Amino acid sequence: MASPVARPPRPRGFWARLDQFARDSAPAALAVVLLLAGGLPIGAAGQNGGMPLTIFASVYFWTLYRPGLMPPWVVFGLGLLADLLSAAPLGVNTLILLLLHGSVLTQRRTLARQSFLIVWIGFALFATVMLALTWGLRTLLSLTVQPIGPAVFECGMTIAAYPILAWLFVRLERSLGPV
Amino acid sequence: MIRLSVPFRQALARLALPVLIAASFGLMLIGKADTVLIERARAQLADLVVPLYAVLARPIGTVREVIAEVRGLIELRSENVRLREENERLRRWYDRALALEAENLALRRVLNAPVEPTPIFTTARVVADVGGAYARSALLVLEPNHTVRKGQVAVDAAGLVGRVSEVGHRSARLLLLTDINSRIPVQVERTGTRAILAGTNAPRPRIQHWTGPEQPQPGDRIVTSSEAGAVPAGLPVGIVREGRTGLEVEPFADLDRLTFVRLHEFGLGGILPPDQVVRPTARARRTGG
Repeated sequence: MASPVARPPRPRGFWARLDQFARDSAPAALAVVLLLAGGLPIGAAGQNGGMPLTIFASVYFWTLYRPGLMPPWVVFGLGLLADLLSAAPLGVNTLILLLLHGSVLTQRRTLARQSFLIVWIGFALFATVMLALTWGLRTLLSLTVQPIGPAVFECGMTIAAYPILAWLFVRLERSLGPV
Repeated sequence: MIRLSVPFRQALARLALPVLIAASFGLMLIGKADTVLIERARAQLADLVVPLYAVLARPIGTVREVIAEVRGLIELRSENVRLREENERLRRWYDRALALEAENLALRRVLNAPVEPTPIFTTARVVADVGGAYARSALLVLEPNHTVRKGQVAVDAAGLVGRVSEVGHRSARLLLLTDINSRIPVQVERTGTRAILAGTNAPRPRIQHWTGPEQPQPGDRIVTSSEAGAVPAGLPVGIVREGRTGLEVEPFADLDRLTFVRLHEFGLGGILPPDQVVRPTARARRTGG
């Protein structure tokens, strides 16, 4: 496993550097675009809570395959953005996403070599645990038991959407060049 | 770029995660302690993203209209029958309303009762709901020199939608009446029983804390109550239904498909802390009739 901090030598020259910068920031940029797209008024019934949490898939995938491009501070930034965009209490998304990032990093060595199905099942497990934690934290922060129905539905949507998002991420990952 | 030795960089990378996790707890504390700061940050972020959504909302709206059009064509016949029936029923109501209005006017003249002021409203487009499972809110696009204030009520064509919770330069956040933090004073239209409509994040908010011996019955119409000066009285809210855990209210407003809402200016400033209430300075652009 390559260490998350070891990177190929930095390219010289303005255009080469710009190109490298664009490639390095592509995963985070795509995650932001997907996060914003989750709020588009497509008019699905019960859209609030009915949209998959694309940000979980983003953090999971890039932590697994390109941890160098999804460092903790990017995860933190994504969580903060998600928190600020919603009307829910601050800090929950950042914490949960960082925990997801950290726990995926510990399992990375075994998980990254597995077939897609195993990786998906892994995502389902991680997402379920993290969303259960989210539910617990939200309940704790608001001191009222949060409804469980929307949370379960959201978890299901998040897991169901992973293959589509992973397909998108894989395409981007291939265009990024060697690790 | 600062060049750091590899072990130092590795140590930094290892430290980043715990430090940022601690920072998340810090954020939770800040979120609980300094709500004004967070609100300002949210409003500014909303100002940034709202133009983006506003641009995208148009093509998406067109697609939705096309879908609705196709569906409308398929259901044309049954829709026509339904509308005919409804039209007949409404015609009867129309006659009734005219008679009542005339009677009302006559009685007002007898009593010298003051005419209720016509509320002023601003119309805003709903662009986004980045709520997730733990909040029911919507973002609104506003013109840069709007007069929308925190606490104003929003209604759609059918009934109450919610209240404005944050205001930016070009955007505002609307807390829907189904949000877990939403509490709206209401009354049962039939009996005048006062109650609180409490959101639960579920599609139907709960009705709680009614006063008096008479319990709201399923089928009762619920309207807003001007208790505490938070919302104007008499706006239609919904119909009482028997829920699994108690009495719930089915909102008249189509909260899943909000495209435009009207923000009413009633000159009320109840419930919100005094420092957050700004008295209206300029008249809203469009006036309602």
